[in-house]
This record gives sequence, C-alpha cells and structure tokens, in this order.
Amino acid sequence: MPSQRIVQARWKDVAFENLTRFFALFVFSILLAVLVTLVIGSELTLKKYGLGFLWSAEWDPVQEEFGALVPIYGTLVTSLIAMLIGVPVSFGIALFLTELSPPWLRRPLGTAIELLAAIPSIIYGMWGLFVFVPLFQTYLQPALIDTLGTLPLLGTLFEGPPLGIGMLTAGLILSIMVIPFITAVMRDVFELVPPLLKESAYGLGATTWEVVWRVVLPYTKVGVIGGVMLGLGRALGETMAVTFVIGNAHRLAASLMAPGNSIASALANEFTEAVGDLYYSALIELGLILFLITTVVLALSKLLLMRLARHEGART
Amino acid sequence: MSAVSPTNPLYRTRRRKHVAMMLMSALALGFGLFWLVWILATLLYEGGSALLRASLYTQMTPPPGSDGGLANAIVGSLVIVGVGTVLGTPIGILAGTYLAEFGKRSRLAGATRFLNDVLLSAPSIVIGLFVYAVFVSQVRHFSGLAGAFALGLIVIPVVVRTTDDMLRLVPNSLREAAAALGAPAWKIVTLVTYRAARTGILTGILLAVARISGETAPLLFTALNNQFWSTNLNAPMANLPVVIFQFAMSPYDDWNRLAWGGATLITLAVLFLNIVARMLFRKRT
Repeated sequence: MPSQRIVQARWKDVAFENLTRFFALFVFSILLAVLVTLVIGSELTLKKYGLGFLWSAEWDPVQEEFGALVPIYGTLVTSLIAMLIGVPVSFGIALFLTELSPPWLRRPLGTAIELLAAIPSIIYGMWGLFVFVPLFQTYLQPALIDTLGTLPLLGTLFEGPPLGIGMLTAGLILSIMVIPFITAVMRDVFELVPPLLKESAYGLGATTWEVVWRVVLPYTKVGVIGGVMLGLGRALGETMAVTFVIGNAHRLAASLMAPGNSIASALANEFTEAVGDLYYSALIELGLILFLITTVVLALSKLLLMRLARHEGART
Repeated sequence: MSAVSPTNPLYRTRRRKHVAMMLMSALALGFGLFWLVWILATLLYEGGSALLRASLYTQMTPPPGSDGGLANAIVGSLVIVGVGTVLGTPIGILAGTYLAEFGKRSRLAGATRFLNDVLLSAPSIVIGLFVYAVFVSQVRHFSGLAGAFALGLIVIPVVVRTTDDMLRLVPNSLREAAAALGAPAWKIVTLVTYRAARTGILTGILLAVARISGETAPLLFTALNNQFWSTNLNAPMANLPVVIFQFAMSPYDDWNRLAWGGATLITLAVLFLNIVARMLFRKRT
C-alpha cells in the first residue's frame, strides 16, 4: 500500500499538470474567442449587407451607409508597397549578414536591424508625419510626379498634388517596419543551408552571388516565402504608423499619392467616436475582416516555416 | 585562355554581376541602418531637451497653450504595463510549461503552439477591439484595468513562446536525476527545470514588457486617456502612448513638444529593455 506521502505527491502532480493544461487550453482558445466576439459584434452589418459589405465603397456615418472597400483597398495597397520595397532590402541585408559580413560585425549589425522592430509603431508614425512627410513632399514627391507621373499607364499611380501624406508614404514607412521581421527569418533559414552544398558550388567556381541565387535561395525558398508572409501579416495589421500618414480619407483613388484609409487606421480614428449601433457594428466587421486576413496570412507563413523545419529534420 | 582569366567575357560578366549584387546587398544594409539612425537622431534632437526638464516628470498633462509635463501619463503607463505583465506572465509561463513538459509532441500542444505563433503577430488593434467588446462595453466605461487586460493578452504569446523554447533547452538528464531521487513531477518542474531556464524565461518577460510599453492601438479603446492624475484602475487612465498620439496629432506647439518628450522617453526605455534582455540571454548561452 502506497504511503500517505506518495498519495499526496501524486495528487499534487495531477493537479499541477492539469493546471498547466488548463492555461494551455486558455491560450488555445484566445484566437477562437476573438473570432466569435468579432462575429457577434458585427451581427448588424453582417445581416444588413452580407457579402456586399466587402465591395461597397460607401462610408457615410450620417446616412448610416457602410462598406469596407476603401479601407480594404488601402490596407492591401500599402502592404503591397511595403513588400515591394521591404522584401528585396531584407534579402540584401540577410545576404550581407550571412555571406559578406566579417564574423565580428555580424552580431552588432544584426542587433541594430532587429532594433528597428523594437521601436514602437507610434514613433514611426510621429517621425513619419513630422520629419519624413515634409521632406518627401518637397523633394521626392514632385520628382516622382514629374517623371513617373507622365508615363502612359503607370502614370495614374503617381498623379495628383504632392500632399506628403497618402498611401505611398504609408507604404514606405511600413516597408521600413517589416524589414527586421523578414530579415530575421531569412537570416535564420539561410544559416540552415548545409555548408557542403555551398562549398560544392564554390568549388565549381561559382561567385558568392551565384551561390546565393542558385543554391541558398532554392534550398530555402519555402522558409523565405514564410518570412515574407510573416512580414505581410505585420504590415496588414500595423495601426499607428499608418494612421499618422495615410490621410484618413474614405475615398477610392487610383493615385498612390492620394490620401486613403486602412482598416486599422479607420478603427483607430473612428472607433471611440462611433455613435449608433450600425456604425459600431460596421467598425467591428472591419476588425473581423482584418483579423481573418492576417490570421490566414500568418497561418500560411507558419505552415511554410514548419515545412522547412521538417524538411531539414528529414535531411540531417 | 583559362576560364577564370580576366579577359574571358563570360567570366567578366559573371564577375560584374557578382560585384553589383554584393554592392546592392551592402546598400540594403545601409538602407536599414539609415532609418534607425535617422529616427533615433530625430528623437534625441526633438525630445532630448524635454527629457532633462524636471517638469516632464512632476507636472500633469496640460490643457492646450500652457506648460505642463507627463507625470500622470508616465505613472499610468507604469501601472497599466505593470498590471498587464502581472496578469499575462503567469498564464504564459504555465501554458509554456504544459507545452514543454507535459504536452511535448501531443496534438493539443502542437495546435496550441501553432495558434500561439499566429497570436504573436496578430494585429494588436484587434486585441483592443476584443477587450472592448467583452469587457468595456459590458461595464460601460473605459478603464485602466481594460487596458491592462489588452496588454496582458499581448504578453501571453511572447511568454508562452520563450518559456516553451527555454524549457525544451534544459537537458533531460537534469529531470532524470531529480526523478531518480524520487522527486514528483511538479517539484522537478518548479525546483529544477524552472531554475535551469530562469534567465531564458526572464528574457522573454523583459521582451514582452518592451513590446507592450509602446503599444498604442489596444489602449485607444480600453484605457482611453485621462487628463488628470489617477491610479484608479476602474476609471480611464492616462498613458504615454495615447497621450503621445493625441498630442502629436494636435495643432498646438506645446503639446507637440511634450509628445516628442514622451516619444523619446518611451523609445529609450524600450530599447534599454531590449538590450538588457539580449545581454542576459547572451551571458547564458
């Protein structure tokens, strides 16, 4: 017969394990709880507009007419600009850190890039509005309008008065903000490439660029795409930096120079001032859309990175 | 003519491409560092002098056009971040413990890790909406406590992830040695593996605190703001990020100056926490 002490110890073991399991389940259910709450909160507009909410450009709190097209468009366009700039730059930085940098410089340089992610997003927004926007407006934007703006098709994207704020500015600032996230993943996956593969290519006389482009990148492409998706997920949901510089105009404009709106900045600006159940519900539904988009993008990113890790496990 | 002779045209184009791409790579790094330096320099230039004035820490946020400081916002931020950390950390550590010590490769552990990683990067403004819907709209007023709930929810995934990672780094021989001495599982975890992973877990907590210190979006709908001194968790509470947002967006010069002061203060604090966390972690590994 087990002694009193052993029985007691077992009881404590079971209790401790179940306590930790309870909190694991709690973490497990947070995302689900967020989803359910947002669906319940947006019941009114879900019922009233159905899927039409997604492609109506109407946003009139006075007449109580709501549609999500403008903020969805702004969110996607700004994130796309951020990716167009952020991805090649991150690739370049990861390449520098893994292949070119002298070993003693790797850590300080890597840390400096990672610190870009530590700066709070409101700081990016404030710096963008007070420092970047005036310079952009006086120097870069007129130049862009005069050169790219005169091109036949592409020109529409760069038309209009140089306001400083707008979707292009928001995209540019977002591109700086996603660099550390994408770089970190790229650097980590580049380091997974077996030295043997790289050395074989070097042995055949390949240049560093050829090794990176033909050996490292193909070997790590799943992980690289995962990193890009992670950056995209961050860009889509970024709030404060975008709110400062996007201009908050509920208008659909072809030009990237025009002020627009993103889902997150519409929420940040209007939520506390929303009067009326329908307005409130429309904003919650915007949040729901943002939540669904980012969750899908982030889940894909995670799946891709897990695939690379498994792949890696199978090879070694 | 040898294949690598400088006169071989194929070799020359390949070589040129290589040099051009390496140059681009160095430029990319310069591009990244350029913004970091520019932003930090701007902050020191615009907010540095405000940091040295005692009034920043002793006076309340002023109405437009008069002098003041950020005392209520600084204290509010400390309270909200403190309560948020205290709420989120134990949940995160216990959930991380389950993943590393009990769940291991089980289906629940795998799924939880997956969802936790998604939550780690989920937009913080959606967390704010969530807390608004389940808490603020039920009690019908904004409060510091709601802000702390929102920040606590952001702390959880960071702590879960680091706790899980750090506990899994603890060598199994330590657990086996303790088990061989007859220690029950809960004692092995709390007295042996927690101790072995202590610095790692602490790093995670520090990084979580750094992350939530600058979070603005989730506080907009929860803690809101308060122009006056208040440490009542049940009422709207001033906090640095929201004050910075409000003051920076305003047309008043005094408010803008205070916003710069607050921005510099927050950034320096966050960078400091990040660097301390990194140093702690490096010493360990």
